[in-house]
Amino acid sequence: MSEEKQQVSRRTFLNYTLTGLGGFMAAGMLVPMLRMAVDPVLQTSGGGDFTNVGLAVDDITTEPQRVDWKIDQVDGWYESEVSKSAWVFKNDKNEIVAFSPVCKHLGCVVSWEGNEDYPNEFFCPCHNGRYYKDGTNVPHTPPLAPLDEYDQKIENGMLFLGKVRTREEAKPREEA
Amino acid sequence: MLQKIYDWIDDRIDITPIWRDIADHEVPEHVNPAHHFSAFVYCFGGLTFFVVVIQILSGMFLTMYYVPDIENAWKSVYYLQTEVAHGQIVRGMHHWGASVVVVMLLLHTMRVFFQGAYKKPRELNWMVGVLIFFVMLGLGFTGYLLPWDNKAYFATQVGLEIAEQVPFIGTHLKTLLAGDADIVGAQTLTRFFAIHVFFLPAALFGLLAVHFILIRRQGIAGPL
Repeated sequence: MSEEKQQVSRRTFLNYTLTGLGGFMAAGMLVPMLRMAVDPVLQTSGGGDFTNVGLAVDDITTEPQRVDWKIDQVDGWYESEVSKSAWVFKNDKNEIVAFSPVCKHLGCVVSWEGNEDYPNEFFCPCHNGRYYKDGTNVPHTPPLAPLDEYDQKIENGMLFLGKVRTREEAKPREEA
Repeated sequence: MLQKIYDWIDDRIDITPIWRDIADHEVPEHVNPAHHFSAFVYCFGGLTFFVVVIQILSGMFLTMYYVPDIENAWKSVYYLQTEVAHGQIVRGMHHWGASVVVVMLLLHTMRVFFQGAYKKPRELNWMVGVLIFFVMLGLGFTGYLLPWDNKAYFATQVGLEIAEQVPFIGTHLKTLLAGDADIVGAQTLTRFFAIHVFFLPAALFGLLAVHFILIRRQGIAGPL
């Protein structure tokens, strides 16, 4: 028993106490600052704001067409209009597909039949990245993943597009 | 583990003597509140420095959100204050800390004055201390404008007109501070921001270093 007592001397005990108290005070000071700094990481992303892109469902053909529209973006204290675009068409199963034009290689913008050597494909001019019509990347070209898809819904015969999702997390179309 | 890292570094660059010079020194009996409770007055200087550290840290974090631009300054402060988690606390620390620093500084100055601790050979350190006091007031003045609200704007207007009263160079001094002869605006805000976060802190660090080195060199003044 007396040997165990020796292990923590009065001085060691006071050192521990002082370190603990100092650490507690430092934490009280630093925690609010760190919490504030990491706030953007902890913000829940507001999902599913759909925008009318100005394209009637009847006008969607099997040929991909580019649609451009604007959304109101709130960036902290700054609000602005941001341009968005998509490649929209009906696939073999007569489903509407809206691809994001952002190349999965390094983020350039792809075009449908953007190169006459590669008909029936999406083409990225930056590094000759290619995608088949269903969005999957052509093997042995730079992109490593299929094109992203927009969430979509149809209201009053018009196409509404929402958030961009990767192929894996893309969810079935919402009918409204 | 920590001990091993310390030993590894110490083995190579011999930091123990440096550490000893900085932290390991006798506290004379007359400044130790454990012996004489009234010796707590010797803590004012250290407490001032402690609050300065809080100001530096909270200020660094505030610049993650703040924009020194007349269109966005107020909006970014409002956003930080209302939307960012704990933003209100961190800005509160900086806001109230600014006043606490001046109070602590004054208490420290009064202790040194009434104890006559500024007398030979410590006159130089007194002068450095007075410079630190001016730098602190400058930090308070320039920081006051940054939220770009009405109070900030008109306080700065008044401050600039005070600067204008300086004989001979007043008008130029005001223009130099405000960035424009007539307008308190865009250029004033960026200038005050630059002075607040770069120029004055740099001056403050230099002066604090001299202040502390002199204390260590000359020791604390003897008992009354």
